Amino acid sequence: MNSSDFCTVEGLDSYYGNRQVLYDVRFRIPRNRITVIMGASGCGKTTLLRHLIGLKPCRPGQVLVEGKDLGAFNSRELMLYRRRTGVLFQSGALFNSLSVAENIAVPLRVHTKLADETIRIICSIKLHMVGLAEFRDYMPSQLSGGMRKRAGLARALAMDPEILFVDEPSSGLDPITAAGLDRLILDLRETLGMTIVVVTHELESAFQIADQLIVLDYGRVLVAGTANEVRGSPDPRVVQFLGRQADSKPPDLGKYRASLLQ
Amino acid sequence: MIHWIRKLGAFAIEQVAFLGRCGLFLWLVLRGIGRPPGKTWFVLQQIRFVGSKSLFVIGFTAAFTGMVLGLQGFYTLSKFGSEGLLGSAVALSIIRELGPVLSALMVTGRAGSAMCAEIGIMRIDEQIDALECMAVDPHSYLVTPRLLACLIALPLLTSFFDVVGMVGGYLVGVELLGVNPGSYLDGIHSSVEWEDVFMGFVKSLVFSVLIIWICTYKGYFAGYDEGAYGPEQVSRATTNAVVLASVAILVSDYVVTSILI
Repeated sequence: MNSSDFCTVEGLDSYYGNRQVLYDVRFRIPRNRITVIMGASGCGKTTLLRHLIGLKPCRPGQVLVEGKDLGAFNSRELMLYRRRTGVLFQSGALFNSLSVAENIAVPLRVHTKLADETIRIICSIKLHMVGLAEFRDYMPSQLSGGMRKRAGLARALAMDPEILFVDEPSSGLDPITAAGLDRLILDLRETLGMTIVVVTHELESAFQIADQLIVLDYGRVLVAGTANEVRGSPDPRVVQFLGRQADSKPPDLGKYRASLLQ
Repeated sequence: MIHWIRKLGAFAIEQVAFLGRCGLFLWLVLRGIGRPPGKTWFVLQQIRFVGSKSLFVIGFTAAFTGMVLGLQGFYTLSKFGSEGLLGSAVALSIIRELGPVLSALMVTGRAGSAMCAEIGIMRIDEQIDALECMAVDPHSYLVTPRLLACLIALPLLTSFFDVVGMVGGYLVGVELLGVNPGSYLDGIHSSVEWEDVFMGFVKSLVFSVLIIWICTYKGYFAGYDEGAYGPEQVSRATTNAVVLASVAILVSDYVVTSILI
C-alpha cells in the first residue's frame, strides 16, 4: 500500500444471500483526490460504497484503511473510523423530525461538548458553505431535492471529515443544480484538501470532477485510471458505456425470471 | 426426506437467529441508558407523545370500562343480594387487571404503531444508516429515550385509568342504579391493598418494555427478512408490531399475575 493512499481495496467479493454482486474488486483511493466510481445501474456501485463506509461487513484483508484492516475493526475502531468520514446519501437521508440546522447539529451534540452557541455558529458556517444559510430553520419536507442534498452534504461535513463519500450527487437533479453540486465537491477538495469518493452514473459529472475513475460492470472493475486513461480504454463495455449505446441483444427475460425463482 | 430435514434445519436456524437479534436489540437499547448523548429533552418529548397525548383516549376508555363494570357487577351481585360489594369488585378488577392491560393496549395502538412506522420510514430512507455513519448508535439515540419515556408514562396513564374507571363505576352503580355511595367508597377503601396497586404497577412496567421492544424492533428491521425496503414493508411491520405487542401484553399479563398472585 502506498503511503499516499487513504484506502486500498484488495480482492473484495460481496454477496446478498447466495447472489454474488462484487467479484475480486481491486483499486486504491489516493489522499486529497476525488475518486469516482461509476457504472450502469445495478453494477454494484452502492454495495461497494456500503463496504467502504462500514455499513456492509467485509471479510478480513479485503479493505485496508491506512493499512489497517476494516474487516477486522472492532465496534470501537469502527466508530472512530466513522468519525473521520462523512457520507452524503442519495436521498440526503435528513431526519424529518428535525430542522436543517438541527440535522447538522446531531453529530456535534453527540461527539463534542461544545456549547449550544458554538454549535449554532458551526451549523451556520456549514450551511453557508453549501449555500443554504437562509434555510437553517426549514424542515426537510420544505426543501427541494437539490436543497436536501446540499443540506445532507452540510451535515456530512459537520465533523470536518478527512474523507467524504457521496452517493449519486447528481441523480434526479436539473443540470444547473447538478453542476452546482459538482462545483461544491471540487471546492471541498481544493480548499480543504479532502479525500472524496463519489458514486455516480452521470458521465458528464464524473469526468468533470474525477482525479481517478473506476468503471464497474456486473460487479467487476473494468478499468481504473485517470479520465484520459478511461476514455482510451479499448474494453468494449467501457466503450459502450461511455458512448451511451444500448445492449445489442435485449435482456434475456427467461433467464432473469429463472434467476429470480432460483 | 433430506429436503424436509434441510428445510427444518433452515427454519430452526432462522428462529435462533431471530431470537438472537431480538435479544441483542434489547441489550443495545438498555446499554444506551447510561451513554451519551444526553436524553432528557428527547425523553420529555416522548413522554408528551406517549403520555399526555394519550390522556383523552385513556380517559374515554377508562370511563366506559368502569361504567360497564358497574353495570355488569350490579347485575351479578344483585343476584346474591351483595350490591354493597360493587365498589370492591370494580376497584379490584380495574387496579389489578383492566387498568394496566387496557392502558397498554391503547398505548400500543396509538403510540407503538406510530413509533414503529416512524422508525421504519427512517430505515427505508437510509436515515438509520446515516446515524451509523455519523458514529451515532441508533439504538441509544432512537429507542432508549422512547423506552425511558414509556416506563415513566405508562404507569402514570394506568393510575389515571384506575381513577377514571372507578369514577365511571360510581356514576353507574351509585348515581344510576342506586347503590349506597358509602358502601361503594368503603368497599374500595377496605378491599384495595398496596399489593393490588403494586401488581398493576409491575404490569405496566413489563408492558412498557414489551411495547417499545416489539414496536421499535419491527420498525428497525422493517423489510429485513425480505431484503427489500419500501412503504409496503413499513406498513406490514406496523401491523405486525401492533398485533404482536397486543398478544404479548395479554400473555405476559397471565404470566405476571401467576407470579405475583
